[in-house]
Amino acid sequence: MTQNQTRPSGGPVIRTRALTRHFTRHKRTVEAVRALDLEVGAGELVAFLGPNGAGKSTTLRMLTTLLPPTSGSAEVAGFDVVTQRRDVRRSIGYVGQGNAAAHAQRGRDELVCQGRAFGLSRARARERASELLHDFDLTEQADRPVSTLSGGQRRRLDVAIGLVHAPPLMFLDEPSTGLDPQNRVNLQEQVLRLHREHGTTVVLTTHYLEEADSIADRVIVIDHGSVIADDTAARLKAGLGDLVSLGFDSPDAAATAADRAARLPGADVTLRDSEVQVRVAHGRALVPGLVVDLAGSGAPVTRLEVVGPTLDDVFLDLTGRSLRDAAGEPTSAPEGAAA
Amino acid sequence: MSTALEVPVARTGEPTTRAPGFLADTWNVMLRELRPVWREPVSVLFAMVQPLVFLALFAPLLPAVAGGSALQWFVPGIVAMTALMGASFTGSNLTAEIQSGSHERLLVSPLSRSALLVGRALKEVVPLLMQTAIILLVVTPFSYELHLPGVLLGLVVLAGFSVGVGALSFALALASKDQDWLFWTVQQTAIFPLLLLAGVLLPLEGAPGWLRFLADLNPLAYVVDAVRTLFAGSFDAGVVAPGFAASALVAALGLVVGLRAMNRST
Repeated sequence: MTQNQTRPSGGPVIRTRALTRHFTRHKRTVEAVRALDLEVGAGELVAFLGPNGAGKSTTLRMLTTLLPPTSGSAEVAGFDVVTQRRDVRRSIGYVGQGNAAAHAQRGRDELVCQGRAFGLSRARARERASELLHDFDLTEQADRPVSTLSGGQRRRLDVAIGLVHAPPLMFLDEPSTGLDPQNRVNLQEQVLRLHREHGTTVVLTTHYLEEADSIADRVIVIDHGSVIADDTAARLKAGLGDLVSLGFDSPDAAATAADRAARLPGADVTLRDSEVQVRVAHGRALVPGLVVDLAGSGAPVTRLEVVGPTLDDVFLDLTGRSLRDAAGEPTSAPEGAAA
Repeated sequence: MSTALEVPVARTGEPTTRAPGFLADTWNVMLRELRPVWREPVSVLFAMVQPLVFLALFAPLLPAVAGGSALQWFVPGIVAMTALMGASFTGSNLTAEIQSGSHERLLVSPLSRSALLVGRALKEVVPLLMQTAIILLVVTPFSYELHLPGVLLGLVVLAGFSVGVGALSFALALASKDQDWLFWTVQQTAIFPLLLLAGVLLPLEGAPGWLRFLADLNPLAYVVDAVRTLFAGSFDAGVVAPGFAASALVAALGLVVGLRAMNRST
């Protein structure tokens, strides 16, 4: 692959203006996406996070020319998604929610067909198919009907097909839904590698909090068809503050500590027996200083735990609802950092 | 190859190649459709079960007709029946692709919508040829008289018909996107009236007037008449020309309806 190794500092590769999509169901109009204004720069890795039905996939389907907007406009890779659909399609890679390869086909054949669709010569398409099959560890399965592949193998094939033409911009619609944890991590690593090594702009939708948190540079939280938050995961959570739990040898020491902790700006302090809980922005950064300060004040810390906020806390803070409940998806334990 | 980007242009790593045109796209789609057939040729037998059953269990019941054996009369109809079965089935492949997601991937690729339909419909000619060859191989030992030039011309008539029916089947599959029972209901309901009103199983000569009237509206009836004449080695223009016309009409109708459906597909 001869691809761009440097992270471009280019302008937006995606720009939407009041992008809107309505659906009519049972004579009722549903506003799936409402007046979305969005810019994604070249080389970003963006996750659309939100519960099912929030409008993530509808947005993605409009950006990939699958669905015409009801109103508003969008440019993808410099092309209008309504009037220049074919140019958009030539410029993007797409991994949908379903399988890219037909179950009656063989993986290698589908890769070659996709390469030919993007104008590769027959020889180059075959060569490219072999490269990708190797990269995605699918060489052994390449000449078997897709229906005989495991879920994880099929998903890798989906991504490989999306990458045939080495697109500078890649869309993935819920790429890891339905995968077991190991395959999910593998897939995330592949997406990250693509992003880091080739500078590919990646836009993915997910309702897995951990996924958005761990791989995306930028998280766009969508609810009821609108963007309700748009920042790095760290900054989205920073505003909520970390929960710092401190343990002491005696209630007296804890009381002293509570006094001193209360001087931290914006700190919310709770004292219980010989334990103090402090909810404070940038708690992780403040804790080392606080521990030193308390040691000097005759209240040495004996136990310490810092729990960071999750994106679920962010969603809860913004909407009053838990994303876990809204998504109806079980997710693993909240992120925690113990020291 | 990093360039200062003023306009957010696509930075494709692959050497820039010419965008394939409609014909290249159609060829690509057709080859893709044919690959499973190529990999597993037995699959063409699937649509042949019913025609072969009729050939084995129904043909012996037919009385000898004037001017030749019953088989001579029956075989062209069975070839037409196989063509109709195969081509009307073919949308079910697309139904499966709509459900699995591969249709969506093709819609997001640069392949033109028209090529996605036309390439699929044209592919129908290949199973038609294979199935006809099998039927003729089966019946020739049973004193079936083979008139090759007529057979080849008859296949041209059937090819147009198959492409049209195939395109209609794909349109039906696209219309049945969220309700796949619709595809099978319509396909199964349509097939037998079409076959009976084309005189495939029994001749329509003695039919009552209303039935003859319905048969006159059935393009398959003209196709079957033409194929019978051609397979018998006759080139009577009075029968062959309407067959070609009916075949062309079905092909045109199928492609128009199919292209409309495919262009609307999301």
